[in-house]
Amino acid sequence: MSDTSIDQHPSQLLDRVVIRFAGDSGDGMQLAGDRFTTSSAILGNDLATFPDFPAEIRAPAGTLAGVSAFQVHISDHNISTPGDAPNVLVAMNPAALRANLGTLPPGATIIVNVDAFEERNLAKAGYEVSPLGDGSLSAYTVYEVPMTSITTEVSKDAGVKPRDAERSKNFFALGLISWLYTRPVEATVSWINERYADKPLVREANQRALKAGFHFGETAELFESAYEVRPAELPPGEYVNITGNTATAWGLIAASVRSGLPLFLGTYPITPASDILHELSKHKEFGVRTFQAEDEIAGIGAALGASFGGALGVTTTSGPGVDLKAEMIGLAINLELPLLIVDVQRGGPSTGLPTKTEQADLLHAMYGRHGEAPLPIVAPKTPSHCFAATVEAVRLAVTYRTPVILLSDGYLANGTEPWRLPDVEDLPVIDPGFATSTNHVDREGHEVFWPYLRDEDTLARPWAPPGVAGLEHRIGGLEKEDGSGNVNYDGLNHERMTRLRAAKIAGIARDIPLTELDDPDGAADLLVIGWGSTYGAIAAGVQRTRARGHKVAQAHLTHLNPFPADLGDVLVRYRKVLVPEVNLGQLSRLLRAEYLVDAVSFTQVKGVPFRAAAMEAAILELINASGADAAAGEPPGPLPPTELADGLLPDHGKVSQR
Amino acid sequence: MTDLAHARAEDHAVPVPLTTRKDWSSDQEVRWCPGCGDYSILAAVQMLMPELGVRRESTVFLSGIGCAARFPYYMNTYGLHSIHGRAPAIATGLAATRPDLDVWVVTGDGDALSIGGNHLIHALRRNINITILLFNNQIYGLTKGQYSPTSEVHKVTKSTPFGSLEQPFNPMSLALGAEATFVARTHDMDRKHMMEVFRRAHAHQGASFVEIYQNCNVFNDGAFEAITGKDHRADMLIPLVQGEPIRFGAEGQHGVVMRTDGTVEIVDTATVGESALLVHDEHRDNPGLAFQLSHLAAGPTEPTPIGVFRDVDRPEYGTEMNRQVDHVIERRGTGDLRALLRSGSSWTVS
Repeated sequence: MSDTSIDQHPSQLLDRVVIRFAGDSGDGMQLAGDRFTTSSAILGNDLATFPDFPAEIRAPAGTLAGVSAFQVHISDHNISTPGDAPNVLVAMNPAALRANLGTLPPGATIIVNVDAFEERNLAKAGYEVSPLGDGSLSAYTVYEVPMTSITTEVSKDAGVKPRDAERSKNFFALGLISWLYTRPVEATVSWINERYADKPLVREANQRALKAGFHFGETAELFESAYEVRPAELPPGEYVNITGNTATAWGLIAASVRSGLPLFLGTYPITPASDILHELSKHKEFGVRTFQAEDEIAGIGAALGASFGGALGVTTTSGPGVDLKAEMIGLAINLELPLLIVDVQRGGPSTGLPTKTEQADLLHAMYGRHGEAPLPIVAPKTPSHCFAATVEAVRLAVTYRTPVILLSDGYLANGTEPWRLPDVEDLPVIDPGFATSTNHVDREGHEVFWPYLRDEDTLARPWAPPGVAGLEHRIGGLEKEDGSGNVNYDGLNHERMTRLRAAKIAGIARDIPLTELDDPDGAADLLVIGWGSTYGAIAAGVQRTRARGHKVAQAHLTHLNPFPADLGDVLVRYRKVLVPEVNLGQLSRLLRAEYLVDAVSFTQVKGVPFRAAAMEAAILELINASGADAAAGEPPGPLPPTELADGLLPDHGKVSQR
Repeated sequence: MTDLAHARAEDHAVPVPLTTRKDWSSDQEVRWCPGCGDYSILAAVQMLMPELGVRRESTVFLSGIGCAARFPYYMNTYGLHSIHGRAPAIATGLAATRPDLDVWVVTGDGDALSIGGNHLIHALRRNINITILLFNNQIYGLTKGQYSPTSEVHKVTKSTPFGSLEQPFNPMSLALGAEATFVARTHDMDRKHMMEVFRRAHAHQGASFVEIYQNCNVFNDGAFEAITGKDHRADMLIPLVQGEPIRFGAEGQHGVVMRTDGTVEIVDTATVGESALLVHDEHRDNPGLAFQLSHLAAGPTEPTPIGVFRDVDRPEYGTEMNRQVDHVIERRGTGDLRALLRSGSSWTVS
């Protein structure tokens, strides 16, 4: 496709740009955004994405409820968030414009599909007069492009029906934005060839639309120039662009390979976790067995049965599924068998916001079972970190013979970022250490197998899958006698077993890294500490405040239970501790309870990740309120090209001090 | 087949050792109420095991919650006493990943048909390779005497002092409706019959479902007395025998015929003639006739068929699941983690 070469016209350099593709649910915006992301990744930009779509598969066309958007942040330097506010909004219809206008800073660029701005669509979006003509968009640079008509026109002689041809308009938009940001489209052309190999008309229409969009940018003399975002200086290595759900699935396969345990996934489809099932079901060559159960309980039940049989039992779900699985998790705690529960959190309670992100299941993971039922909790912090966090969760499950909850969320699940591929040889080796022989001599002098005779170091019990003669044993949900594992109702034994189970989990603190702390010169008074997917926004907010001359430390927790062994010592070093969370303050409660620190909670639950600007504002607010700042009084320095200041948004969440 | 299953299968190149009932009994004290029907079922299973030519270490008993669910503790095999109603789900994961094992599920009418109804029907339709023994005593025993989903309508219990309002499940009909491939009924007063039915259930590939009429002498004593009592059996139990006309009574004086509308009824053999009697065919692919037989009696107070209602071949889930894995490995080769990580579009930063 030499006619779309990108070196013919002058372009302006940008260090970063945030683009938001928005349209109807059926307009293919996720696809356009995804292809743009792939081209940018291949070009070497650092990037982060944020797909934002409704729970309805196809809400009524043209309505605000049906708007689906994909935001991508590309940059020539290291970035950690999908961007606070788009620099460019592509709006395929009036509803897409209206739904996203609030996120645009003044001066942003809006590219609209002007064909869609007719009476019916305007009315559906709640516009009495077209915003294109009433001056209401005067703060923005608006480009009106007849995307539908050009897309239909270019496929006229290809034998494609106009109704079908129109559906390619997302590729027109993609072509146009590709020109505007000097992205090569060759990769997308090959992708279209492959994807629509058996649908020649669709293939043709998509390719023509893509080219038409690209050429439109070049020839329409609408745009002053194209822009260029140079490759970022990423550490050398091989990269892929990956979503959290794919990284989780691959982490499970890696853990299976590195442990030699066949992977068995028992699960029930649920948003936003189902893609882990989809991905794993493709990879049977790794001996992966995926089982789509009749319900959430059967999913985890089958996984636990597989673990009992010596497989790596895994179940994947979201909040409502965790509710249903609670009893089985308790059984797994009592049986002391390895099991991984992946909770891809979404807005709750109940059905809540199925497609929107939240991290409000932390206390549920900690305490959501009857009885004293502790288990380890691991939380990935970025989409690609889902891989390592999953391997770590499996390592703990297998080593300590315990169910482990991995707390991912909707933002990590669907968001993407470039991931430098690890060396397979560097991944941890996980030793299942199956029991192979008897471990005790009874009073009559017989060699016997005691299923609850623990390892002195880890307190883990032996794992003896069926099949070995002489190790036959019975386990169950009733309280067991310490050692022999026989049913035992004695109060003293129950107390001993309860404390042993708790000590086993608490002892994991000796086997996990110390607190991940970023305090460059050790002089900060304020620590911002988070967990899970807030990592990127916190890092960006901390960087911004540092750029203003403040000394701020950041800590991020991957292990939520137990906490890193030195966490208490870290916390007391700071005069102020700020805990941003996409819930109403769950980690802050745990920190206050565990370490008696005056943790300040900063929370929002809007179904979207924190914005860097909101984070910065919250940090500054606390600094100003407490005077907790070594650099107070110094004039703010210039902002380096990190996450650019998009302006403080009025709705930056809530800082509450209990 | 998983690696572990392969390895274990290789370990077992040596012949199965001869065993006796004692070898299959654990050292745990049996704690059912004296006189409970569970004792005779336990005895029948423990006596059958040495005859099956199977290994203790390759045998697993799974259960949920209820009186029957204590069963695994008394078997000197691998065992798992789980949570209420979920044993078929747990068994599904175990049986699918470990086809080298014999997996038995012991359950009761509350465990299997009330809280665990969903798992039961799906295990049956998937044809998981497990043998399900459902101890049906038509009452909740462990919680001390509430009505169960098989209790007769109007039953007065601790939780229904004015009588239950609910139509009971017919376990045979339910299993047939769930596309079960092996469906049978026996009772706790006839060890020989139990052993024979259990032997058949164990031999069947796929999910085998056996209902056992079991007397709870504390909370529902005599529920099956009308049909299983020694003096009434000949006239009240209708033995289903493959390829034989369905007849009963001390002299075979009663029989079962099919009416022109497809339903079945009990007749005097002498009146209709032996050749008019329905010949039992458990291998019949269509479950319609077996369903009719399951509805011959309205409850265990009328002449009731026992034996194997249905025994048909259908692919077993675990075998198919493992075949799919083997097939993909054959086609693509064993997975390479390094290649997987590079399976998307990757790029290199130097």
